[in-house]
Amino acid sequence: MPDATGLELLAQELSEIEPGAIVDTTFFREKGTLHAAPGSIRVILNALRERGYASLRSVHGLDYYPDEPRLGVHYELLDMVKVDRLTEALRVSIEDPEIDSVTPDGDDGPGWPTADHQEREVYDMFGVVFRGHPDLRRILMPEDYEGHPQRRDFPTGGEPVIFTYNEKRFDGGGS
Amino acid sequence: MEVNREPIDPRTLRARRLSSHQLLRGSVIEGPNIPAEHEDLTDEEDLQRHVEERVLTTTLDKAVSWARGNSLYPCTFGLACCAIEMMSVVASRVDIARFGFEAFRASPRQADLLILSGRVSIKMAPVVRRIYDQMLEPKWAISMGACCSSMGVFNNYAIVPSDKFMPIDVHVPGCPPRPEALMHGILKLRSMVQEDPTMGWRERYDAVGTEENLPSELPVVHHSVGRPGEGNGA
Repeated sequence: MPDATGLELLAQELSEIEPGAIVDTTFFREKGTLHAAPGSIRVILNALRERGYASLRSVHGLDYYPDEPRLGVHYELLDMVKVDRLTEALRVSIEDPEIDSVTPDGDDGPGWPTADHQEREVYDMFGVVFRGHPDLRRILMPEDYEGHPQRRDFPTGGEPVIFTYNEKRFDGGGS
Repeated sequence: MEVNREPIDPRTLRARRLSSHQLLRGSVIEGPNIPAEHEDLTDEEDLQRHVEERVLTTTLDKAVSWARGNSLYPCTFGLACCAIEMMSVVASRVDIARFGFEAFRASPRQADLLILSGRVSIKMAPVVRRIYDQMLEPKWAISMGACCSSMGVFNNYAIVPSDKFMPIDVHVPGCPPRPEALMHGILKLRSMVQEDPTMGWRERYDAVGTEENLPSELPVVHHSVGRPGEGNGA
């Protein structure tokens, strides 16, 4: 893993490729995280691929409620030669949760086919829309499901369960 | 040593048993234990006795439900972690084969018991319903565990209770239920199939006579008023 200094150097390098692409770095428990601007995620990931982080292990979403911008997407990268891990994080607002998909090939480099299903899951659970995704549908929930259930403000629990002691309350009679 | 053999009354149960043993051995009625006054039975009486000793009469419905209850074939169908407990029901500790339920059929067409062992998500519910619809009548269903009985022990957005989409005969609570609990549920179902839903709990809990009857079902009893000591008590 890059140490804290190596992480800063890497962030510096990437900022030179695309100015303003790296907004922050954190180094927590021996693991470095690069916080990227949402617009430049494809550039950043391709630049990291050239530096050895050639395997995208995971794409997952987060909800930072009540912090703003609320939603986050994390890309876990792995350098399979040096066995070196790096997290690439970005934040999008809940009003306009739209970022570039890293799945398809593009002008700025090849895509990451493994992100296909995982971006669909992030879309399903958090409602982040991935621009340019070849097949952005729900993957786990039914297609006619409303809402994105892993958001923090999604109501938990579908309905009250009727037991013997409270069935009167739900049957319309007074309890 | 002199043995004092008293003649046996042929109407007692012991005498009948002895004579049936002799029947089985081939020595028909004229055995040494049969007193001489019964040798002059007519053919009709002889047949009567024979039928009493050898034939058990019942209704066809009772016989069929007895057979059904003792050969429930569950469907090979596991949904989640409860299925692990369901599998161990077949193993040697709580051996389901003692009661004739061990034949897990691989096709719903051959099964007549569906054990919903685990959570049923919104997407899975139509699939489960289709499997249940494919089973042939008569069919029963057991809802095993908290998830498919009451959407689980946590509030959850993805799970539907099984009562919503198919009829359930027995709910087995627990998360997951122990194999013994599922065994108990299956035995409850068996007693339901064999039309004895109480499983004799009144005898076990010394509660005979506490049945609740509707007033319209109560037998009309003519009390003899004013003669203490002859009534049935309070």
